[in-house]
Amino acid sequence: MTSKTAGACGCGCANGSSVFTPEELTAWFAASESGKLEQGLCEKLSLLRREDVLKPTIYLGMGTCGLGAGAGKTLKAVRAWLDAGKLDADIIEVGCIGLCSAEPIMDIQLPGRPRVSFTKVTEQEAPNLLEAVFEGKVPEAAVLGQFNGAGLTPWSDTPLLKEHPFFAPQTRFVLAQCGEIDPSSMDEYIAHGGYRTLARALAEMSPEAICAAVEQSGLRGRGGGGFPAGRKWKFARAAEGDQKYLICNADEGDPGAFMDRAVIEGAPHRLVEGMIIAGYAIGATKGYVYIRAEYPLAIERLKKAFAQARAAGLLGDNILGSGFHFDIVLKMGAGAFVCGEETALIHSVEGKRGMPRPRPPFPAVRGAFGKPTVINNVETLANVPPILAMGPEKFAAMGTSNSKGTKVFALSGKVARTGLVEVAMGTSIRSIIFDIGGGIPNGRRFKAVQMGGPSGGCIPEQHLDIEVDYDSLKTVGAIMGSGGMVVMDEDTCMVDVAKFFMDFVQRESCGKCIPCREGTRRILEILQRITRGYRNETQEATLERFQGIMYMERLAKVIKDTSLCGLGQTAPNPVLSTLRWFRDEYEAHIYERRCPAGVCQELRYFTIDQEKCIGCTLCAKRCPTGAIVGEAKQAHYILVDKCIGCGSCVTACRVDAVQLRQFEDELTTVQ
Amino acid sequence: MATAMQTAEGRDLQEILERYPNAGRDALIPILQDLQDVFGYLSRDMIARVGAHLHLPVSKIYGVATFYNQFRFAALGKYHIQVCRGTACHVKGSAGVLDDIRRLLTLEPGETSRDGLFSLEVVACIGACGLAPVIRVNDEFYAEMTTSKIERVFKTLKKEAESHD
Amino acid sequence: MVNIVIDNKPCEVPAGSTIYEAARSVGITIPTLCHMEGLTPTGACRICVVEVEGAPGLVPSCSFPVSEGMKITTHSPRVLLARKTIVELLLANHPDDCLYCIRNNDCRLQDLAADLGVRRRRYTGARNRFKVDVSSPSVIRDPEKCILCGKCVRVCEEVQQVSAIDFIGRGSSTHIGTAFDEGLNLSSCINCGQCILVCPTGALHEHDHLKEVVNALNDPERMVVVQHAPSVSVTIGEEFGLAPGTDCDGIMVAALRRLGFDRVFDTSFSADLTIMEEGSELVHRIQNGGKLPMLTSCSPGWIKFAEQYYPDFLDNISSCKSPQQMMGAIIKSYFAEKTGIDPDKIYSVSIMPCTAKKFEAGRKEMLHESYADVDAVLTTRELARLIRMRGLDMKALEPEGADTPFGERTTAGKIFGASGGVMEAALRSAYFLITGKNLDNLEVKAVRGLEGCKEAHVKIGELELGVAVASGLKNAAALLDQVRNGRSDLHFIEIMTCPGGCIAGGGQPLSTDLNAITQRMQSLYAIDAGETVRASHENESIKRLYEEYLGSPLSKKSHHLLHTHYSSREVML
Repeated sequence: MTSKTAGACGCGCANGSSVFTPEELTAWFAASESGKLEQGLCEKLSLLRREDVLKPTIYLGMGTCGLGAGAGKTLKAVRAWLDAGKLDADIIEVGCIGLCSAEPIMDIQLPGRPRVSFTKVTEQEAPNLLEAVFEGKVPEAAVLGQFNGAGLTPWSDTPLLKEHPFFAPQTRFVLAQCGEIDPSSMDEYIAHGGYRTLARALAEMSPEAICAAVEQSGLRGRGGGGFPAGRKWKFARAAEGDQKYLICNADEGDPGAFMDRAVIEGAPHRLVEGMIIAGYAIGATKGYVYIRAEYPLAIERLKKAFAQARAAGLLGDNILGSGFHFDIVLKMGAGAFVCGEETALIHSVEGKRGMPRPRPPFPAVRGAFGKPTVINNVETLANVPPILAMGPEKFAAMGTSNSKGTKVFALSGKVARTGLVEVAMGTSIRSIIFDIGGGIPNGRRFKAVQMGGPSGGCIPEQHLDIEVDYDSLKTVGAIMGSGGMVVMDEDTCMVDVAKFFMDFVQRESCGKCIPCREGTRRILEILQRITRGYRNETQEATLERFQGIMYMERLAKVIKDTSLCGLGQTAPNPVLSTLRWFRDEYEAHIYERRCPAGVCQELRYFTIDQEKCIGCTLCAKRCPTGAIVGEAKQAHYILVDKCIGCGSCVTACRVDAVQLRQFEDELTTVQ
Repeated sequence: MATAMQTAEGRDLQEILERYPNAGRDALIPILQDLQDVFGYLSRDMIARVGAHLHLPVSKIYGVATFYNQFRFAALGKYHIQVCRGTACHVKGSAGVLDDIRRLLTLEPGETSRDGLFSLEVVACIGACGLAPVIRVNDEFYAEMTTSKIERVFKTLKKEAESHD
Repeated sequence: MVNIVIDNKPCEVPAGSTIYEAARSVGITIPTLCHMEGLTPTGACRICVVEVEGAPGLVPSCSFPVSEGMKITTHSPRVLLARKTIVELLLANHPDDCLYCIRNNDCRLQDLAADLGVRRRRYTGARNRFKVDVSSPSVIRDPEKCILCGKCVRVCEEVQQVSAIDFIGRGSSTHIGTAFDEGLNLSSCINCGQCILVCPTGALHEHDHLKEVVNALNDPERMVVVQHAPSVSVTIGEEFGLAPGTDCDGIMVAALRRLGFDRVFDTSFSADLTIMEEGSELVHRIQNGGKLPMLTSCSPGWIKFAEQYYPDFLDNISSCKSPQQMMGAIIKSYFAEKTGIDPDKIYSVSIMPCTAKKFEAGRKEMLHESYADVDAVLTTRELARLIRMRGLDMKALEPEGADTPFGERTTAGKIFGASGGVMEAALRSAYFLITGKNLDNLEVKAVRGLEGCKEAHVKIGELELGVAVASGLKNAAALLDQVRNGRSDLHFIEIMTCPGGCIAGGGQPLSTDLNAITQRMQSLYAIDAGETVRASHENESIKRLYEEYLGSPLSKKSHHLLHTHYSSREVML
């Protein structure tokens, strides 16, 4: 490997400038079109692609989830091990491959052998693992699978990574490079075919043709609304304006969604390429990436990618000699969920309070600074380069009649394998949860899956075979949304989930329009009332509780009907959807004052099994209200009147002596 | 104002403003972010200076600063505890995690402890859903929190703080 | 024009109009809380939603443009349920204390609740709690009654270019306030009260001085003297159901006497006095190379605005006190001397169209060791309340004349109440001062009307006088910026804080209806046209005042009593 390339590998080098000059790139892109690539360059590219390596190469998943799971410490352990053995190896920090529950993930590629992935490589595990692999042994317990490698000697008895149950049902299209390539190396992206689509588009396609191709591909916005991207572009292209803007919405605010972050952390150049093409298509010369400040790593990766692209002449004036100018500015969101809404986002970019404004006029006609503006989310834009590369027909062949291509989901919650999943449209939700996600852990039963975050809804067991498709999902009250997918089991209370989302929405409401500002807080209060303990409830409070329920659906309907923006219009969805599929749970709360899942604290209490309790006093120490009494080494008691149902004692008890009880038990006994 | 200028803080402030020459309103949020990066919070003085720099009424700046979660008007504690309240974390019991921390530190979200050691904040989602429930202390993630894990974490932090003293 | 169907009735409306405007043009009023002509539509209140065939949700009529073939239903059951629910939601977070509210029976929220048949407290829950901000001498803010329509924020920004207040916070804790939620008195607020005029509820109202005034009226030791501003007589009628613009001058004087005021004077008299001083000052400046253009000083909102934003123009501002303060000063000097009453025993009240006058009366420049020029300022609305409290029937009272010596006025002083009036009055007298003759045509039509900025060039002898009139401080600021940038053809600029002048002042009967304001203005000019003494220098009482007491305009005594100087003001802008 040339020293120059090593410099671009991203492992701490200054700014990872390209091995290619702008002129070289232009010439090379032209040559590669005609198939006349010189031998030396081909080899260089092969090396950059790491089809084979010259020295051992260690890939560490250093996305946010990897770091969260301790990849930073693993990296130190790996370095220490290499230093101790005086071994020469490349360490590549890659993005997230998607299987968060297996983090920290480490891949090792030895010369002549295919790359192989290992799971849960903690700092303690790392040295042993490296020891074994460098000796030519692959420890079975930790292995995820090996990559394909033409001309390499595969590891025997090691399954292929792509056949791993998590990956096998997936169609990795947008995520193709995430976790595999070095996100801080533009050269590696280029070696994998990156920016060639851009070069071809600038050289051979008119902006109108690109808009038409994207429209023909059937690509719909991946941020939630599902508006056809090509049509949006055409509107902006047709709108009059001396200046137009492209904004990439990376303000991924849905709690439980992190697709955009992973794409940016894993393959930032993919987004940059998509943005330049989109900018060219709509006639924008300036682009913004509006990204959450909570994503420091993604921000860092993007900044680096911009610098690299600028140095290589891919951003700035006269891109690749085409005469097209385009540059991108990074804007950090300051923490407001509502800024995912187009007009709020524009206000935020303009330095104002992120309050939406009425549409029309639509941003494509009058957007940022009063100029025509297209806003697409990260996943949408990352779809663009491969769509143009493969041709719109081929893309349109993927998916269902109205939803083309793939969709990335952030799978989390009560599921065995959590992480980032990309499936072809039309895949069933059941397959995502049970095949890819491995089903529900701890032998619990599946209850529902929440899709689309605060704007979305829940899908119950009986509709699990529904396919991933913008329109089908709507029929069961869920939405595609940006891709959050939270799995819930029988220990999840659906009223509590609705309450959680209403709490979120009422805090994140911008406060501008009355139905959303005042309505969401009232719905939250209604839900709070039905989950509140009734021991001290006055008659008036009981009346209020019933009155609230009577009017809740009516209120939800008005909020949907009248709110100013998408946030408000969809705010009641979590309530309406849980009410639709889990009305019995609501009724249990309201009429029986019982939480079937045993989650709502004020509707439960605990007792101690006198047989099991060993009198260790741990629970008594933890109890915040002093409700637990008893002598050391004697069985303890819980004073029901003092118990607030917090459950601290359950987590404290080591002998499983604490039992969950519902006040309903009492009622039944009395009756 | 002139006296404020002569202090080191005033110079830092000036230096940040100079990064945005002839700036328009669209520079407001970036400037506030830079200021908070350096000073840890936004003060009355800073906002007045930003207003003068951008020719923006202070009420507008205050309006913007109070709209976004990111901005603070008081300094943070030594340890900035962020409890993720995303959906995945909620389903896995982050409400209990928050309760535990509140009890342990006798601190409500948005507050800083009197000794200036801990600031408690609730965040919508830090995007580490695979590790739920998760908290972040300064830049460090703590995954799959339980009551006992929380107790251990804070014991360590308190010890660390004492040894620094 | 486009063809649409509103409530089953086909009609033709101008292309580009909003559904709200279209409905209005065919006689259907769609209710709204946040929409106001001339201000950016925000679509915040959602009261104005209507059903449009084919649209998935309800559509805000205030911002949604009509299109060919559109079918609109403005009052369907779905729409009415939505409106009613929105009002119920507002009430759930409202103090709900109408009986105690200053806007009882004059509240848009109350009207809507009544119109929509709100009969029960359907939604209950926590209410936001805020403190009432009583810090300002002019404007009281009660955020609990605020429904966040944002009109005050928009008026303050878009009309007055002050932006003393903005939205603060987010979600259900959103409220409106000054930077750092401080008192209005510490903010850049110029006390104009335009926010009060647009507020649909009782969240904003004037700082009431009725109690002090009533106490003074009941104090036998005190001589209570009142002056009423030129515009008040043509606006107060609206408070009693009379048509806008009805002149109630004599009736109001009668009412003031019945209320117990010992002397009733007319601020139009001191407006004439102002013209004598200000006109002379202008002539002096022009003839002696003084600082030009000279700017008027009558409008206290503008003065504070200048102190904050245009301190470089403070020397351009005429040194004359405003008519209110001139009257106050001579009441406690000349009048006190003449009647032999200790000025400390005189309680001087003014009836003003203005909330900023309350601030002006308390300025340090207007205070003396033991007394103030003016002790209390009542707005037109407060006077109306006082009259109602006393049960006086404005329709039955017989008109009476004001007291001497400060009851005599010319119509030049009277037209001070409209934007351009000061200018016109000044031109009438300046022409005389320079040429010794009266203008052939006293009416300077170019400076009349409701436009934000009016200009004229008037030939006075050899001199071509460039004059401009601006009302609404955004317009004023634009004009001053031109001067700052080197424009030099202007000699005299009249600036009024409120758009249209005092007839649309922040203390006037609550109406932002342009028609009403036009009527008020026309009424002033009708008075001017219908009388014979139409120039300030012809006011006999003024002549006597100079002969007996002041000497001549700009004399030492005049300077002492009638002139002042302002200095730049440090507030957070």
